[in-house]
Amino acid sequence: MIETRGLRKSFTSRRGPTVEAVRGIDLDVAEGEIFGFLGPNGAGKTTTLRMLATLIEPDGGEATIAGADLRRAPGEVRRRIGYVAQGGATWDDSTAVEELVLQARLYGVSRADAHARATRVLDAFQLSEYADRKCRTYSGGQRRRVDIALGIIHEPRLLFLDEPTTGLDPQSRAHMWGEIRRLRDEGMTVFITTHYLEEADALCDRISIMDHGDIVASGTPAALKRSIAGEVVRVSLLPEFVSAAATVLASYKTDSFEDSLRLHVDDGAAAIPDILRLLDAASVPLAGIELHRPSLDDVFLTKTGRSLRESAE
Amino acid sequence: MKFVRDTWLIFENQMRLLLRNPVWVLVGVFQPVMYLLLFAPLLRPALQVSTDAEAYEIFVPGMLVMLAIFGGLFQGFGLIAELRAGVIERSRVTPVSRLALLLGRTLRDVVSLVAQAVIITLLALIFDLRVFLGNLLLAYLMLALIALMTSALSYGVALRVRSEDALAPLMNTVAQPVLLLSGILLPLTYAPGWLQNVAEWNPFSWAVDGTRALFRGDLGAPEVWQGLAITAVLAVLAVVWAAREFARSVR
Ligand SMILES: Nc1ncnc2c1ncn2[C@@H]1O[C@H](COP(=O)(O)OP(=O)(O)O)[C@@H](O)[C@H]1O
Ligand SMILES: [Mg+2]
Repeated sequence: MIETRGLRKSFTSRRGPTVEAVRGIDLDVAEGEIFGFLGPNGAGKTTTLRMLATLIEPDGGEATIAGADLRRAPGEVRRRIGYVAQGGATWDDSTAVEELVLQARLYGVSRADAHARATRVLDAFQLSEYADRKCRTYSGGQRRRVDIALGIIHEPRLLFLDEPTTGLDPQSRAHMWGEIRRLRDEGMTVFITTHYLEEADALCDRISIMDHGDIVASGTPAALKRSIAGEVVRVSLLPEFVSAAATVLASYKTDSFEDSLRLHVDDGAAAIPDILRLLDAASVPLAGIELHRPSLDDVFLTKTGRSLRESAE
Repeated sequence: MKFVRDTWLIFENQMRLLLRNPVWVLVGVFQPVMYLLLFAPLLRPALQVSTDAEAYEIFVPGMLVMLAIFGGLFQGFGLIAELRAGVIERSRVTPVSRLALLLGRTLRDVVSLVAQAVIITLLALIFDLRVFLGNLLLAYLMLALIALMTSALSYGVALRVRSEDALAPLMNTVAQPVLLLSGILLPLTYAPGWLQNVAEWNPFSWAVDGTRALFRGDLGAPEVWQGLAITAVLAVLAVVWAAREFARSVR
């Protein structure tokens, strides 16, 4: 459904250095899957999506989107995709119906058909009772649902959703996941970006992890986690004891953080008593210890040396 | 055909949003009426004319041109709000004609300016202004072309600078000299020679002279066709440039 080769984009501003936002990425998105782009803020997710949606021109590389060539037939790409921007796209003074009818008509749909479609998507997104209210009166979750309804009003085969759940409360987020799965089950290919690990893990069929404009890993969430051998023991400490503990535990493969260490071990249950013994012998006070199975954050950490959870907060 | 339909769709939506907010009608008419009531009476002695009607014949066209210039130049603010809300980007992912995105909006500006001009002309009739209908329609055409040019210009600049803080001083720097060097408020007949020479280079000065000739009933005056030709050419240039800004791929 999407195939890119060497897609890249850099921004030059009059002041300041050139930012290489996307550094030549290869993507293969299959039809009918929820594909996720996971990465911290500034990784280049939005820039990639804006290129794929014909909003900015790539500096280099090739892309075929829903069977149309991005460079040679951008008009054809526009007809086949839906795009929902990170910041939303509703006008405060318009009502949801007005926005939906206008959007459908911009895609060439007749007036009568546009109204029929608006009614249908409002129904599907459980927005019917607010349909004639101005967008300014909507809650965050309702507004986000209107955004997505706008993105699918012309029934595209491929939908881009840039951070669809950022800023939503947990309940609205769960609701949104349901909507996105429903679209996939109806046969649409959905390409989302997110910086939430749980979202990439629970919602996406396949993901690519992006950092500093590069894709650092791709695969199903399960396969990516399996690729991290062993388990992780997280040792929480007061900041002043971190370096002492790292010295004591030098025999383990260790990543140091401000107030913790992460130890990569083959078998956590066996390693924990040994770790406790070593720390105790060196009189290093312990704030906490926990064992966890590899998460997508561990994948990110292994590939980039940083924690996504910590860089997101 | 698609282009005409797209332009209409954008125009229709913009018009609906404009009419939803009737405050602009009050603001847009209240201020000119104040000028008519309070400023114009001072003009009779200043212009050395014998009747109020003559004073209005000179003052009203100048004021209408001023409204067209200012009304147009400040339309960019609305566009920046739309950019910020993401509405423009949402339109740009659809196959809609890029020229239609611009023209639909400038046409709204033209229609609201002409409506404003009609209301002011009707009020001026009460103050004994007299003008032939045919000439008046040509004067409205001139105003429409000016509004088309200035609003397109403002949209183009807004797409470039993308912030109100940058747009406001820019538009003021353009508007001030244009206003002072065009004889809009008072004809430059009594101005010193150097000022008249500078005004020669101000297209709006030609537009004002043409509009005044029309209100005077002097359809055959060369200022009429010269003013129309200059504003028409500039309006086309402004529209072409701004439409390209709409098509350009930037954030
Ligand atoms: N229009 C632009 N001009 C300059 N720099 C930009 C522009 N858009 C994005 N960037 C830069 O490109 C990088 C990637 O940004 P973005 O694609 O928005 O990341 P993400 O969506 O993953 O948070 C960032 O460093 C950002 O500052
Ligand atoms: Mg982003």
